Amino acid sequence: MRTLLHLLAIVILSEIPAVTTTAADVEPLLKTLQAVGPEGAGHREAALAWEQLAEADVADLPTILAGLDQAGPLAANWIRTAIDAITERELGRGGQLPAAELERFVLDTQHVPRARRLAYEWLCSVDQTASARLIPRMLDDPSLELRRDAVGQWIEKAASLEKSGKNEQALATYQEAFAAARDLDQIKLLAGRIGKLGGSVDLPRHFGFLVHWKLIAPFDNTDEKGHDVVYPPEKEIDPAASLPGKHGPVQWIDHTTDDAYGTIDFNKAFREEKAVAGYATTEFLSEKRQEVQFRLTTLNAVKLWLNGTLIDEHVIYHAGSELDQYVSTGVLQPGRNVILVKVCQNEQTQSWAKTWQFQLRVCLPDGTAVLSSDRDQ
Amino acid sequence: MRSTLLQLTLAVAAVCGFAGGDWLQFRGNDGTGASPETNLPLTFDAKTNVAWKVPLPGRGPSSPIVVGGRVVVTASSGPKGDRLHVLCFDAESGKLRWHRQLWATGHTACHPFGAVATCTPASDGRRIFAFYSSNDLACFDLDGNLKWFRGLAYEHREARNDAGMGSSPVVSGDTVIVQVENQGESFAAGIDTATGETRWRIEREPDGIWSSPSLLRGKTPSEDVVVMQSRSRLTGHNAQTGKFLWDYEASCHTIASATTCGDRVYLPSYGLHALQYDAAKQTVELLWYEPRLSSGNSSPVVHEGRTYTIKPPAILVCGDVRDGSVLWQLRLQGAQWATPVLAGGHLYVVNHQGLVQIVELGEEGKLVGSVQIDPAILASPAVADGAIYFRGDQHLLKVAFDH
Repeated sequence: MRTLLHLLAIVILSEIPAVTTTAADVEPLLKTLQAVGPEGAGHREAALAWEQLAEADVADLPTILAGLDQAGPLAANWIRTAIDAITERELGRGGQLPAAELERFVLDTQHVPRARRLAYEWLCSVDQTASARLIPRMLDDPSLELRRDAVGQWIEKAASLEKSGKNEQALATYQEAFAAARDLDQIKLLAGRIGKLGGSVDLPRHFGFLVHWKLIAPFDNTDEKGHDVVYPPEKEIDPAASLPGKHGPVQWIDHTTDDAYGTIDFNKAFREEKAVAGYATTEFLSEKRQEVQFRLTTLNAVKLWLNGTLIDEHVIYHAGSELDQYVSTGVLQPGRNVILVKVCQNEQTQSWAKTWQFQLRVCLPDGTAVLSSDRDQ
Repeated sequence: MRSTLLQLTLAVAAVCGFAGGDWLQFRGNDGTGASPETNLPLTFDAKTNVAWKVPLPGRGPSSPIVVGGRVVVTASSGPKGDRLHVLCFDAESGKLRWHRQLWATGHTACHPFGAVATCTPASDGRRIFAFYSSNDLACFDLDGNLKWFRGLAYEHREARNDAGMGSSPVVSGDTVIVQVENQGESFAAGIDTATGETRWRIEREPDGIWSSPSLLRGKTPSEDVVVMQSRSRLTGHNAQTGKFLWDYEASCHTIASATTCGDRVYLPSYGLHALQYDAAKQTVELLWYEPRLSSGNSSPVVHEGRTYTIKPPAILVCGDVRDGSVLWQLRLQGAQWATPVLAGGHLYVVNHQGLVQIVELGEEGKLVGSVQIDPAILASPAVADGAIYFRGDQHLLKVAFDH
């Protein structure tokens, strides 16, 4: 009897058409997902929309991928995981992905980089020739992930030339890859290979590190209170001024770093000290009004001003750092722009807490350096 | 009804020695690091007692969890570590059931030693809560359907630690609790398991800490107390509301986590502090402190009246929970990051070189087996359904008796 009921249920279910999401349904679902916000805003609606979107036909993948163009970082993950579910389901039942449409999507640079990269990865899962066909054309791609792969292929190509004794061609290939590279590990590797073949690279220029500065220090930062104290450089930058410092009058000094990664080290410019604050200022000449990124790296508490406006601030001491640790956006005005950095050192006594330094570079969102128009090197 | 059943099930876990076939969070269902499983291999190699071994798409010190016949593990990949993975394998066959990827919305810098997938996921038996060093928190059901996603560092931009973060979530009733302690913006939050909305949020001491919260389970989730370390104190809060209940001043270990067992808390802090929790008074009292029971990076395991701690350089120390007296010590090999697991009267200790050292527990500790698996293991193993799951940087491995 029970078996009979089971059979009946199977027959009935097999007569019911599968509920799938049609193309027309996809857009409103994407809009619901795109509307999610912080603190769980829109989650309840999004969870329902996600379930329906995950049932969409694989033919709708380009439309759904395009939904990432209008998605913020939170919404992007809702859409991305739905794409994972759709593709996984289709491949799991032996189906096909729309390879031609995915490839068109990858090559359309009007779409956001992460959507194109995602399309590329799913394309590669069904087309083993995709990487060799597409990536070599992507040395200057707006998607840094696709560009990274292209740089990787260029490195392999150059290494092969080098191995064959074609050093001149290898050097040229490495240099081409270096110009395109935006990731630190690849840049470091390429700088080494180019140097080995007798070439040279200008790392500070490639990154856009600011290397010429005026510095003044030390000011008091006992008990980490100096970070919030408005010392005179925050009111006015007068290169000739003598200002009251922590131990007596202090003056601005000229300082140029020869560090390949633009490190400005207060301990070297002054002396190793704890519980102090220092300032660095420089001018940046811009040919036009332009929005740029300021990428700071420091193990110290820091403030950054552009033309007198505070654009970045972090009160974190010696908690690890990596290149481009803090990214802020500012608008350069045509002509002279004044950059001011405040770097505070605390009173930690560990050997690894001596560092009192920073690096600052100016670049576009893809990491391409933006150089002051009077930059000499 | 289902929720009530689940709450009842979790309430049963209030005593050490949770019985069940799942391993739902870091250090197991009751957070002691001990499993009731008994029939586990003491030796294994590529040909013997390895049920399956599968590759992983990224690194991670995060431990696997086991829920409903599924093994779930997180990983992170990409040059910036910002590709976050959740993978679900069939526990029996090792077949990949589903794989979801996320893009990190928070900071992904971390010490090269670690990875963004540092935090062990947690489960309430129906959902999986995947948490990362970037403070991204995603909830999936067991079939990989996304239920919600929170970017906690996207919402709180200064919540970051450039050495990475490592606190694993715990689940109390319908609240998943995360601890985000760092110099920038420290907080702990209780998130609604069904909707991802914030049920409570409290500010925490602004300093870096990598330990995980633990639970003192009450008769019902409303009586659960979440126990959290900061640099200067251990605090207890109502797990459903975040309400502060008590604190205990101590220079808490910043990596090894406190272990709860019944109504006791064992706090690593330049040795081991045993605290007695009084639910009626909502206070804790120091029972004993033993500096010889200090921890390196792994957390204490507590089982059947004994504590097991590993202090540098790889010395396993067994203590008596009654007074903290040292019962025996055993020298092991290699740097230890992964918290060991206890099952079937044996402790499985995995060192960073990937050497699994199996210690028979008794009046003395006796090394009865050593097996080399993947190098660079930081993840604590999981134990469920007659198997131990080891997670290395490149593989997930199931060890169980061959049929």
